[in-house]
Amino acid sequence: MITKRIIPCLDVKNGRVVKGVNFEGLSDVNSPVALAEYYSSCGADELVFYDITASAEGRALFTDILRETAQRVFIPLTVGGGINTVDDFDRVLKCGADKVSVNSGAIKNPALITEAARKYGDQCVVISADVKRVDGQYRVFARGGRDDTGMDAIEWIKKCVSMGAGEVVLNSIDTDGVKGGFDLEMLRDVCGSVNVPVIASGGAGKSEDFIDLFKTLPWVDAGLAASIFHFGEVEIKELKTLLDKNGIIVRK
Amino acid sequence: MTAIIDYGVGNLFSLTCSFKAVGADCVVTGDPNVIRAAEKIVLPGVGAFEDAARKLRQSGLDRVVVEQANLGKPLLGVCLGMQLLFDESHEYGVHKGLGLIPGTVRPIADVIPSGLKIPHIGWNALNFPAGKQRCPIFADLNEGDCVYFVHSYYAAECGENTAATAEYGAPLTAAAWKGSVYGCQFHPEKSGDVGLKILKAFCSLGE
Repeated sequence: MITKRIIPCLDVKNGRVVKGVNFEGLSDVNSPVALAEYYSSCGADELVFYDITASAEGRALFTDILRETAQRVFIPLTVGGGINTVDDFDRVLKCGADKVSVNSGAIKNPALITEAARKYGDQCVVISADVKRVDGQYRVFARGGRDDTGMDAIEWIKKCVSMGAGEVVLNSIDTDGVKGGFDLEMLRDVCGSVNVPVIASGGAGKSEDFIDLFKTLPWVDAGLAASIFHFGEVEIKELKTLLDKNGIIVRK
Repeated sequence: MTAIIDYGVGNLFSLTCSFKAVGADCVVTGDPNVIRAAEKIVLPGVGAFEDAARKLRQSGLDRVVVEQANLGKPLLGVCLGMQLLFDESHEYGVHKGLGLIPGTVRPIADVIPSGLKIPHIGWNALNFPAGKQRCPIFADLNEGDCVYFVHSYYAAECGENTAATAEYGAPLTAAAWKGSVYGCQFHPEKSGDVGLKILKAFCSLGE
């Protein structure tokens, strides 16, 4: 059967990984290429590169790094951040990305999803949503969780999938950074009836949180995290051994 | 030299990188003479079958591929390039393939239980048919090694040419092999070390 995926996320700004990286044994921990190679060797199933650069120079550095990574790391690469047009898809796909994740760009222009899905296939288009509970509703936030769009997350995800998104990343703003576990309630309520792969994001603090995720919500396909991997709080190799011991099918 | 066929379908960057990573001398080309001069041929492809089959025919490279395969030159089809090796596909209508391996490409939805997600995306284990000679490009693999899949259609009725399957509610054809023609439904170029072993073995065929 298909294995559950473990996905480290790298935030890249001006060509460097930001958001605390703390590894022994890596000479340049802020090098996205070195970190990508390291994660790939540890058994990461996929990597997400998130471009948080605002400038054109930063964008160019980002694609250089993507190209260099794709030359050395042979697992699926997903790219997000600053994707607003089909040209943006083109730019990163040509540099070795396999999937492209859209967030604010799709909120501004939902037709982007369909346009990109027609051109590159549904499997290439990932909708990433930052969601927070507001007044008893699951609300979609834009611009990295800064702006409340007023949109209902359940409806939004449904719409994105019907427009051609082939995968969903649900990031819970409520649990993000708290390290108390994934937001299982939100995942179930928002993605429970989605018929494309679902990636859980936000809240993982320890290996057991991944066990809880896959045991409680067996239809969730992957768990994504950043700092717990970067800081070595959770080692991917050990995490996979533990998941395997708990009857969760992973790639060894 | 290995020729990766460029017929205007998909992005060949990752595939080229992975061949280079295993030390292969490879070139991306749409030139029939370069393909004829190559020792090995790779037929890539992503997207829809009809569109890819049409582009391959319009380029005239379909005839070159078939001619070279019939001469016994190793040919590797990857993903949609693998599906093109078969007789026909039932993806949005019925479309003719290259007919190099007997079989028909059909929707996964026909054989898997409802409730399983489509496309079949992610890492899945390879199973090799029991009691059969191991396909040479999988010589360095172990039963159960995982590779990366992304597809909604699969090659059905491959019979004895099935080289590997992956379990997704049903055993789906993961690879097919007939003579010097090889096809991988999954992406070896995205399957980590296991994928690189496959590409290396393909490049070493006949050495």
